[in-house]
Amino acid sequence: MTKDYRHTLSVLVKHNLNTLSRIIGIFSAKGFELASVTFASEADPGMARVTITTYGDEKTVEQINKHLHNVVDVLKVTDLTHKKCIERELAIIKVSTAKVGRPEIMLIAQAFKAKVIDITSDKLALEVTGNTDKVDAMIEVLKPYGIAEMSRSGSVALKREFQGAVNIN
Amino acid sequence: MDVPATLKPVQKPTSDAQTHNGAELLIKTLADLGVDTIFGYPGGAVLPIYDALFNNHDLKHVLVRHEQAGVHAADGYSRSTGKPGVVLATSGPGATNTVTGIATAMMDSIPLVVLSGQVPTSVIGNDAFQEADIVGITRPITKQNYLVRDVNNLESVLREAFHIATHGRPGPVLVDMPKDMLNSRAKFKGTKDVDIPSFKPTIHGHQPQIAKAARMLSEAKRPLIYVGGGAILGEAWKEVTEFAERLNIPVTTTLMGLGAFPESKPQSVGMLGMHGTWYANMAMTECDVLLAVGARFDDRVTGRLNGFSQNSRKIHIDIDPSCIGKNVDVEVPIVGDVKRVIPAIDKLATPPQISEWWDTIHTWKKEHPLVVPKADDQIYPQHMIKMISEITEGNAIVVTDVGQHQMWAAQHYQYNHPRSWITSGGLGTMGFGFPAAMGAAMACPDRDVVCITGDGGFQMLTCELATAVEYKIPVKIAIMNNACLGMVRQWQQLFFDNRTSYSVFGSNNPDFVKMADAYGMIGMRATNPKEMREVLEKGMAIKDAPVLMDFSVVKEENCYPMVPSGAALFEMVESDEECKK
Repeated sequence: MTKDYRHTLSVLVKHNLNTLSRIIGIFSAKGFELASVTFASEADPGMARVTITTYGDEKTVEQINKHLHNVVDVLKVTDLTHKKCIERELAIIKVSTAKVGRPEIMLIAQAFKAKVIDITSDKLALEVTGNTDKVDAMIEVLKPYGIAEMSRSGSVALKREFQGAVNIN
Repeated sequence: MDVPATLKPVQKPTSDAQTHNGAELLIKTLADLGVDTIFGYPGGAVLPIYDALFNNHDLKHVLVRHEQAGVHAADGYSRSTGKPGVVLATSGPGATNTVTGIATAMMDSIPLVVLSGQVPTSVIGNDAFQEADIVGITRPITKQNYLVRDVNNLESVLREAFHIATHGRPGPVLVDMPKDMLNSRAKFKGTKDVDIPSFKPTIHGHQPQIAKAARMLSEAKRPLIYVGGGAILGEAWKEVTEFAERLNIPVTTTLMGLGAFPESKPQSVGMLGMHGTWYANMAMTECDVLLAVGARFDDRVTGRLNGFSQNSRKIHIDIDPSCIGKNVDVEVPIVGDVKRVIPAIDKLATPPQISEWWDTIHTWKKEHPLVVPKADDQIYPQHMIKMISEITEGNAIVVTDVGQHQMWAAQHYQYNHPRSWITSGGLGTMGFGFPAAMGAAMACPDRDVVCITGDGGFQMLTCELATAVEYKIPVKIAIMNNACLGMVRQWQQLFFDNRTSYSVFGSNNPDFVKMADAYGMIGMRATNPKEMREVLEKGMAIKDAPVLMDFSVVKEENCYPMVPSGAALFEMVESDEECKK
């Protein structure tokens, strides 16, 4: 399996845990990669949206797509990879301030438009939102200072209504 | 199973014209859905259902002796009729015993509805007596499954379950029913329509693809039609046969597709794959246009993938899109029902000019026929199958277990009718044959049902002899007795330097004739061809009871042709000597 492509799949499902288990089961049973998964209620009652990010070549992702469609309670699968989409991820990162002190960490936070959400004597907790690349980048920058703990939400994404040439991302 | 101590005694349901308890509702809905037979085994959690079945005349309940056999019997019932099979098991061990049967049905796309009891909702998750998370356990081996907590949903879930099991690519569906739900009351609605917005299988193929397929076939020089179990499940045998005959294109069937195209027709090149005919495997290797009809390019069919039909342009019709392009790249994918798509291609295609291709195939057929040993005073497995084929005139329903006998039965019985060959193809479940044959015999009382089994597979569920005797199921059990696990022994002999590790039963097998006697049924034995004919003729004449026929066959015989594991189809071998090279 080549890892050259990261795919984001948005899956509209009937809201029940059996469906979520069946979706996860496809990845474990068939040996597909699962980078992140989010599951939450939709605006429609009784419905939920699962956002999956996975790695694979076109053929593999086409198979994933087909298997997702085969789950009885899956209503719709949209591969957002080649579409214009809005994608966001949230991360909470606790960084040690022992080495360099608070101001330098806060400067980095500012650069990434991250918020300080908790302060203790030796740590800062930062909240950052953005696409996965941005979150990855901020984590890379913070690593040398010592990341005590972090929690990432995984991607959530939707297709942009406007699919024309102008990219306002 | 014992009655769970955690469960309170059940109140006798009061008859009330307006409402029914869950158990009564279940029976009423099953009857309304046209179910006539269910295979089951009682236990604590399903006592309300068994109470509702007491003196019930709408449904025939067959008491099997093991839940796994119950699923296989329902499976055989389904494969012989096309109707969904129905199984009932209690919670915990009853439900887990169904797992192998469900997986067998899943792999071969057989529509089943498995009804399992569950502990009361109040104790689910508490490790209650006879509790198992059967919805969790069966998730990967069912098309869909349900836990019904509210009796008001029971009827609609059951209707949905039958709809899903039988539509699109068929498969097993499990409905788990807690005991308190079965005792709660609700109204019977009788609403027959099922609408599941998220479940709409594609039936009609994409027209431009159909036109492209027709053009490719019309212009082909060496076309081949490769027919799988989908043609049987989709009841498209008539369409496939007319199409292949009109275009005069050679047809090979998979193990699961046997009977979808009559082997008596000149277009038939028989079965392909690991133990397929030499000429079918060569036709697959050499063809230039391949039409796959409800087949899934299984590894037992393709052999080594990079040596599989390298020069062909491939068209693949399947109702399940995930089957297309899974193992083999396909130029023309057509998602749809083969029964609709084949006539649509037929309408546009013209017979290709392929007399040279036919000459090649006829030469292959002449030079490499199926291997049959010379007759002597011993019973050769191949002769046993041929004699059963002859005596039943090719009209029986043949049900097998898994192993050498299965492959010989596939090769040497001439299959001319659909739904007449029942075998566990995908999962390869030993123990499947005998109970599946019981199910088929109950579903088709006017047909002869022969269970061709091995001494290994048959011993996995011999408890069902009691069921066969109790219900006077006229199944003919023909044991190909070589006192070993033949296919395991064959592989050990060929690929493990003849180290026959734990595959030989020898004299440790029971006396099967005495076993039949102990269950109160007729048992006969044959050790030479003359006795075999007598036993078979006598056995086949018995129409109102089961009969067991034990045939001592040549122990060392191996099944050929064979595509060794990891080899390409064209690298098949035809004898032990050739294999050793």
